Amino acid sequence: MISLDCPMPKLDFDVITLGHGSGGILTNQLLESGVFDLLKNPLLDEHHDGAMFEWSGRTAFSTDSYVISPIFFPGGNIGELAVNGTVNDLAMCGAVPKYLSLSFILEEGLAMKEFWEILVSIRRAAEKAGVSIVTGDTKVVERGKGDKIFINTSGLGNIHPQAHISTKNVRAGDKIIVSGSIATHGIAIMSVREGLEFETTLTSDSAPLNHTVKALLDEFGTDIHLLKDPTRGGVASVLNEVARDSRLGVNLFQQPIPVLEEVRGACELLGLDPLYVANEGVFMAFVPAEKAEEIVQKLRTLAYGQDAAVIGEVTTEHPKQVVLHSRIGGKRVVNMLVGEQLPRIC
Amino acid sequence: MKYLSEFRDPEVVEHYLEELHKVATRPWTIMEICGGQTHSLVKNGLLNLLPKQITMVHGPGCPVCVTPLNLIDKAVYLAEEKGVILCSFGDMIRVPGSSRSLLEAKANGADVRILYSPLEAVKIAQEHPERQVVFFAVGFETTAPANALSVLHARRLGLTNYSILASHVLVPPAMEAVINDGEAQIQGFLAAGHVCTIMGLEEYEPIVQKYHIPMVVTGFEPVDLLQGILMTVKQLENGEAKLENQYSRVVKANGNPEARKVIEQVFEVSDREWRGIGNIPLSGWEVKASLADFDANRKFAISIAKASECADCIAGQVLKGIKKPFECSQFGKGCTPITPLGAPMVSSEGACAAYYHFAEADVA
Repeated sequence: MISLDCPMPKLDFDVITLGHGSGGILTNQLLESGVFDLLKNPLLDEHHDGAMFEWSGRTAFSTDSYVISPIFFPGGNIGELAVNGTVNDLAMCGAVPKYLSLSFILEEGLAMKEFWEILVSIRRAAEKAGVSIVTGDTKVVERGKGDKIFINTSGLGNIHPQAHISTKNVRAGDKIIVSGSIATHGIAIMSVREGLEFETTLTSDSAPLNHTVKALLDEFGTDIHLLKDPTRGGVASVLNEVARDSRLGVNLFQQPIPVLEEVRGACELLGLDPLYVANEGVFMAFVPAEKAEEIVQKLRTLAYGQDAAVIGEVTTEHPKQVVLHSRIGGKRVVNMLVGEQLPRIC
Repeated sequence: MKYLSEFRDPEVVEHYLEELHKVATRPWTIMEICGGQTHSLVKNGLLNLLPKQITMVHGPGCPVCVTPLNLIDKAVYLAEEKGVILCSFGDMIRVPGSSRSLLEAKANGADVRILYSPLEAVKIAQEHPERQVVFFAVGFETTAPANALSVLHARRLGLTNYSILASHVLVPPAMEAVINDGEAQIQGFLAAGHVCTIMGLEEYEPIVQKYHIPMVVTGFEPVDLLQGILMTVKQLENGEAKLENQYSRVVKANGNPEARKVIEQVFEVSDREWRGIGNIPLSGWEVKASLADFDANRKFAISIAKASECADCIAGQVLKGIKKPFECSQFGKGCTPITPLGAPMVSSEGACAAYYHFAEADVA
């Protein structure tokens, strides 16, 4: 095991050039100089065109691309996001993530120091999630044709033997649980985005949710009807998708929705609705009403679940619509996010 | 959150609602001037909690909605043809121009940037001395001080590559236009809290007197709005017409004199075209001639064709409170926030978008 500091190896170059994606000497230098060592595991160590392994059983397979700007943000960087994102997508299928692929599209001129820092984060995130990166690829595009670095990860995992996750399982009366405070990631990113910078101690909540989900499935199995992670589009968009696909309605209660005070303040200031802001370390579970409290209590004992709360319920009223019951007793429809959430003038 | 949660307290809200139900004995039509108030009324689901006798009509106080088509075309032209860095508040960039929005111009390669503060645009101008930077300075009296300050700041720094494309509009002339139009039959006004924070109360007294119409300067939180409505209804029920200030924790009678000084240094009153409403005399601010170097309108030779509005869009009637968004044949059909025909469907403060996003739940 490499020391956790993972110092950057001595290299002949300090920025990525087109040659690093050529497949020739420079590509090899880049990989051999430390990338392979850093992400070391028996399947990757073969250095072959792809990973070869035995596999059986019910499987989840997922892919995602990461194009975030800025690539470094309070609480993390694009690297751990790329690992956690796919790990969480697999977890939302009720799977135990095992193998990941990792592809980079690098922009010419990316500082090797930054690339190394991202690689180290990837390794740490993979360790934390308990997954191996077994195959990968690196391409370099000309300056101006990328945004420093794009990452794609795909992942495989066996579905938990007790799990049966599907929108088809959602029933009227189901309670909707959110595992933690919402909108933190999106606001943390926004605080460092050009033109919008504001001072905050907020950090992204990017985290691997697979261990937490597995613990829930171990105990509650098929009582977990549906799992969703409200990343882009936020909680509101996920609930709208579920309402649309299940042809049922959703009642959402504003009062119990956990939002950190600082996030709430930033949303007020920026004119954003936390329901539409992206999350990375939060998931939503649709569960039978009679089990909801027990599941919330369990979640609160688990990593990333301390702020878990019941925030809504599924209903046969207003099919395909999400209705928010405001803190003051008013009601309104919550639609899917249109385009990007744009800051208001005043 | 201090100074916010108190004004969202469910018990206080209930108290004011009970009061309103007691006080309102006849039908009353009240216009909230500011788009921020419309947004809050709809977002908090307040409209369906009000007594049936009270009809809220949504006013023209949405800066994005009333910015003329022609000016959006100018902004697009500057970004595309003149290669400037065009900086804008967020919700302006999706508003349709005659051929495209700033968002579409951006997708076509124009350098369009979303900012929160015009001072950020000055910083960009400092960092890019080789590029011209234009800030799309829209808004009511509320955003004017910061926009004006950016000009003074740029002048102090000796920048020659910063200018603003100003489209400032003023509330009092618009109120008079709405009253004189007559069709909406407004009986009372909630005046715009943030505008009065800058301008104070002085300019509203004459309107109250001239038209004998109750007016209450009102804030934006649920408790503010209900209190403002209650104060207006009490006046109406008593046959009074006074200027009152519900938002006194923020609005002082003389407003913010320092901010007004900054405005006076940069802007002068001018006639202004309001999108959907038409020309209102002396209803806007433009950059003074002595600061022409900082006025994108004068600085650049802008040649654009005169464009006309989409014929199906009834934005003007919505902005004057004559029609509700859902009375439009295109509402939610040909016109949605993804494919807006008019500006009120774009900004979250626009009445059409507010209704589209937050319409009262139609729960059977």
